[in-house]
Amino acid sequence: METRHIGRAVTRNEDARLLAGRALFVDDVELPGMLHAAFLRSPHAHAEIRSVDVAAARARPGVVAVVTAEDLGAYWKPGPLLVPPPPIPGVVFRQRCQVPLARGVVRHVGEPVAMVVAESRYIAEDALADIVVDYAPLPAVGDLEAALAPGAPRVHADLPDNIAAEVRQAKGDYAAARARAAHLVRRRFRYDRGASIPMETRGIVAAWDAKADRLTVWDTTQAPVVIRNGLAAMLGLAESQVRVVAPFIGGGFGPKIMMFYPEEMLVPWAALRLGRPVKWIEDRLEHFFATTHERGQIHEAELALDAEGRILGVRDEFLMDTGAYDPYGLTVPLNSQCTLLNCYDIPAYESRFRAVFTNRTLVSPYRGAGRQHGIFVIERLLDAAARELGLDRVEIRRRNLIPPDRFPYRNEIIYQDFAPLTYDSGDYAALLDKALAAIRYERFLSEEQPRARAEGRHLGLGIVCYVEGTGIGPYEGAKVRVQPSGKVTLATGIGTQGQGHFTVLAQVVAEQLGVDVRDVEVTTGDTDQFDWGVGTFASRGAVVAGAATHEAAAAVRAKVLKAAAEHFECAEADLVLADGKVSIAGVPERAITLGELARLANPLRGAVKPGTEPGLEATRYFGPEMGATAAGVHAMVIEVDAETLRPTIHRYVVVHDCGTVLNPLILAGQIQGGVAQGIGNAFFERLVWSEDGQLLNASLADYLLPTSLDVPRMELHHTVTPSPLNPLGTKGAGEAGAIPVGALFAQAIEDALDLPSRGIEIAEIPLSPSRLWEIVHGGG
Amino acid sequence: MSARVAVTVSVNGTTHRREVEPRLLLSDFLRHELGLTGTHVGCEHGVCGACTIRLDGAPVRSCLMFAVQADGHAIATVEGLAPAPGRLSVLQEAFRDAHALQCGYCTPGILMTVSAFLEETPDPTEEEVRHALSGNLCRCTGYQHIVDAVLLAARRLREG
Repeated sequence: METRHIGRAVTRNEDARLLAGRALFVDDVELPGMLHAAFLRSPHAHAEIRSVDVAAARARPGVVAVVTAEDLGAYWKPGPLLVPPPPIPGVVFRQRCQVPLARGVVRHVGEPVAMVVAESRYIAEDALADIVVDYAPLPAVGDLEAALAPGAPRVHADLPDNIAAEVRQAKGDYAAARARAAHLVRRRFRYDRGASIPMETRGIVAAWDAKADRLTVWDTTQAPVVIRNGLAAMLGLAESQVRVVAPFIGGGFGPKIMMFYPEEMLVPWAALRLGRPVKWIEDRLEHFFATTHERGQIHEAELALDAEGRILGVRDEFLMDTGAYDPYGLTVPLNSQCTLLNCYDIPAYESRFRAVFTNRTLVSPYRGAGRQHGIFVIERLLDAAARELGLDRVEIRRRNLIPPDRFPYRNEIIYQDFAPLTYDSGDYAALLDKALAAIRYERFLSEEQPRARAEGRHLGLGIVCYVEGTGIGPYEGAKVRVQPSGKVTLATGIGTQGQGHFTVLAQVVAEQLGVDVRDVEVTTGDTDQFDWGVGTFASRGAVVAGAATHEAAAAVRAKVLKAAAEHFECAEADLVLADGKVSIAGVPERAITLGELARLANPLRGAVKPGTEPGLEATRYFGPEMGATAAGVHAMVIEVDAETLRPTIHRYVVVHDCGTVLNPLILAGQIQGGVAQGIGNAFFERLVWSEDGQLLNASLADYLLPTSLDVPRMELHHTVTPSPLNPLGTKGAGEAGAIPVGALFAQAIEDALDLPSRGIEIAEIPLSPSRLWEIVHGGG
Repeated sequence: MSARVAVTVSVNGTTHRREVEPRLLLSDFLRHELGLTGTHVGCEHGVCGACTIRLDGAPVRSCLMFAVQADGHAIATVEGLAPAPGRLSVLQEAFRDAHALQCGYCTPGILMTVSAFLEETPDPTEEEVRHALSGNLCRCTGYQHIVDAVLLAARRLREG
């Protein structure tokens, strides 16, 4: 290859637009005659709807339509099941999908009951106050264990209880492992996660063009193609009649791929019915109730070890809050179940989970997507085991790491992509060694911590391992074309929410075609440009769309060289492709630009050879047989104020292996952002619910996100074990940073305050100064 | 609906006159009346800082003001930062060079906060930068590259 673009810290192609305030976000779409929607939402977690009176709202000047469930006619039906249950023997899954507008009963605070469409957002919100709903409150289901008690109120009255799903998976023989164990560690853990809180809330603009018979929808979705296909089916339109654009999106992190949100079903429907464009932009209060969360799990786990601290087996049983409906299937608990095995050689595993309906907002994957919960359980068990066996916490991990010669490592159980969980490649000991060196582990134990303790300061260290299944199928595609201008365009079906696809994918194209990265124009998330694909989730964009882009660009490269060889009447082997042109090796003055070749490949006169395709263009698809497994180690040194219990992070080290690195600058950003969200999860963010299902802290003043004062400077290191599953050797990196931080905090805080010596362990996340005070002072 | 009120503001040096409802937020006025959609709205309760603009030079949250309150004042928004179309200011360039933005939604507010901060504090420490940024939430970056970008911009501005 003449020039190397992959692996360079290229600054981003998309930044100039974003920095100048010229990038189009959904709320920036302004159309002539546009109407504005607002939603009346349930104030109750669980209630019967006796009546809905919208007469006064309809009479308000400026109101164009008020829509209830009854007004939807045949369009009213539960949304589709986004992810079906996996092919696991004995799986129980009770499908109860969300509805566009509540009819007869509301099952969580924020569930939409009516939609107002008006000449302005202000009028639409005024009219919400005109609607009178007669609710008869019902007892709400909140606490996970209480939800399963006999006689508990039921979220769905047609079901016998609140169990949404039950899945058992096993490898090896845990009972036999337990019988010969020298040591057992049994613990109960509670791991709660919060809301993703992208800085841009959700929003949709829909416009029906009656002359063209086409619907255009701008949507803050992470999966524009799937939304397009679903909308066409629901609205009785051909897929070619619907264009979905996911323009610049202000952060996604998972919840922007839940589909269909009620508003996503209703706003396009209203635009069609009313013949005018309709916009809905979620406000921040709505976002807390109406956009999906991740939430709590309760684990009862047991680790069986031999006398040397080698893991013989793990048994885990957990409950998971899935909210009022379960359209996203079992992705989150399956991730927890699978990721618990982490980077360790665990011969026997027995796991059962039950997903539980509650009268709360729906749960769907949020960055990490349940992996945090599994990592927390296994890492906490190992910390406890190390103490009880008198082993160093690093040593017990090292003894159990999967060695480099065991890959591909087969875990036997089924992962979220329905393929058997298999780790493609890795060198976990190398990660651990690098982290130990970077955090100066031995020096911390022998010098720093004793010195601090002597000074009365509470300094602690945390070091934990994690893996992340990334880059899953089924597939993505890419279309690469050389334009007559010499620029190269790339279109793909994934959406982008800040991951740098406009740059990273351009680097992959530039690598093949010898052009400047700035001369590759990338389009993502516009179904008129490319309409095959699945979406941006599971740390898969750069892996799966990246591989498709590579294949398409390589195919165009072959066409370029063939065309140039014909032009120069020479052998392809004699050609050099670089700097946007093809030249003959050793004769640089004999050159032709890619733009000229593109023009020659699309002639207006003359015969072409049979079988020839016009232009310099190729479309390719890539579908991996299974996901690629990234891994890493995080380590930190923390100081906890003994009075306020406020932690200060002194050093934070990330060692990460995501295979081939496409752009180290963008990778660093992904990891740092993930760690920041992990810190939020570990110590700042908690959704606080009242017993009757009210969310008590639904504002950014009460639900605390980490600020620039809370997220430390991080030290990043990489190791590279390329994935054999795709041509570039990449593994995903989007979620990794967020995954191990809860486990890391728990260990570091225990260490800082020397809690185990007082018989206290940290068995829950999130923490906060006040919660930590309760734990330290025996508040359980 | 209440009677409309005349508002005259200067935005990025251009004078605009509109008749608006008294309850219209300044953020909505800028975005939807004037079409200056570079200013973003993240929470509408004054916490996230995405809607930060400069009012007579001071960084303020445009979601916490009514448009009528801005009558007679001079406003600066992100659209006015670049020295010319197709070019970026020193601050904007530093954000690109340090990869200080990912989704870019919080970025305009952060640029407005920082542009005021660097005028008052041309040679800041990292600690001062972090304090200056602490009223603007970013969910993507973890702030480290933003801090780097502000320090880089400060150095370049000092060095001219």
